[in-house]
Amino acid sequence: MIALDVELEQGAFTLVANVTLTSRAAALFGPSGAGKTTVLDTIAGLRTPRRGSIAVDDRVLFSSSARINLPPHQRRIGYVPQDVALFPHMNVRANLLYGNHQGSSPTLERVVEMLEITSLVDRRVTQLSGGERQRVALGRALMSSPSLLLLDEPLAAVDVPLRRRILPYLQRVRDELQVPIVYVSHDREEIDALADTVVRIENGRIAGVEAV
Amino acid sequence: MSAFQITWFTLLCAVGATVLIVPAGVPLAWLLARRRFRGRAVLEALVTMPLVVPPVATGLLLLVLFSRRGMLGALLERMGIGIVFTWKAVVLAMAVMGLPLLVRTARAGFEQVNTRYESVAATLGASPLRVFFTISLPLAWPAVLAGAVLAFARALGEFGATIVVAGSIPGATRTLAVAIYGYTETGQDRQALALVAIAIVIAFVALWASNRLIERRQA
Repeated sequence: MIALDVELEQGAFTLVANVTLTSRAAALFGPSGAGKTTVLDTIAGLRTPRRGSIAVDDRVLFSSSARINLPPHQRRIGYVPQDVALFPHMNVRANLLYGNHQGSSPTLERVVEMLEITSLVDRRVTQLSGGERQRVALGRALMSSPSLLLLDEPLAAVDVPLRRRILPYLQRVRDELQVPIVYVSHDREEIDALADTVVRIENGRIAGVEAV
Repeated sequence: MSAFQITWFTLLCAVGATVLIVPAGVPLAWLLARRRFRGRAVLEALVTMPLVVPPVATGLLLLVLFSRRGMLGALLERMGIGIVFTWKAVVLAMAVMGLPLLVRTARAGFEQVNTRYESVAATLGASPLRVFFTISLPLAWPAVLAGAVLAFARALGEFGATIVVAGSIPGATRTLAVAIYGYTETGQDRQALALVAIAIVIAFVALWASNRLIERRQA
């Protein structure tokens, strides 16, 4: 469960979001500039709200009234930004293992098998295609055993045929690892395939929450 | 004192100055590149100052600070450490004059690192210290190294601050630049020119290495 109740200012832009999600996968849907990425950044702790509270599974990450503001590295939120940001000075294996703690699940074998990137682990990240980069970034986030996964337009950078091939991996993450997902999407087909809840965001406000 | 001894002494002092400023200058460069805090502008101006005020003025300030009756000098004197007019003063002058070049170059390197890498590393559970050593520093490494080389090259040629705070004591504080000046003053142009040639060769090699590193980063 994700309980979000925040107000945030960013120059002239303000975000006011009050929503509680119990879904396995929620899609943030809306025009560009509406504040979707800002919502993800706020949950991950990369931006600090002016007031409000953020909780994941009853674990308080932020609360202005209780003066709680966990730094990003203590939040256990897996985040795949739009540009995926694979570390360019490390190979695929080092990227995957970066957030992995000794003894935490899932294992490298399980993740690379599930995402079908076993043959890529010794490659340099500059040698990967767009779809491969997406899957490695997804795997890297999963390896840190997050309590929530944030994906910023996970399929925007890849073309339509590839999209259809990556979607099943996201479904597997949702179903097999049972990590709740909040992701930004523009694509109706993608939303129907993955999300059970759609949060419509317009002008920094939540315009509606619908079950799919 | 032979040209070789003078060159060797100067190289040692310049290496010492560089080793001294890297542990302070690199975190400082990162701080200026990444954090907004009170007094940041003042700190930046202070670090850059030796680049723009006359080196002799910097030397005089160091002399006032580190002489036996100076604020820091008195403190060190009680610990039995004398600075001024020793090789330590040479290292000190070189360090202060080289610091701005290290900080400015390394800072530009840190600024070029995409902040997303650091953010993602944090979401993966890495503490700020771990992010610095595993992400920021390796990605900015060529610039940090180039900055250190520039500071080293600057230290080799240091004259104005050195002559004021360390003097020109043969075998104790006489560096290449100071010796060149001394030879010229006493009409020994041939000896002076020999040292000039050595200084040019060392500076050229250092700057060439620095530029190569910057180019490799951009490639």
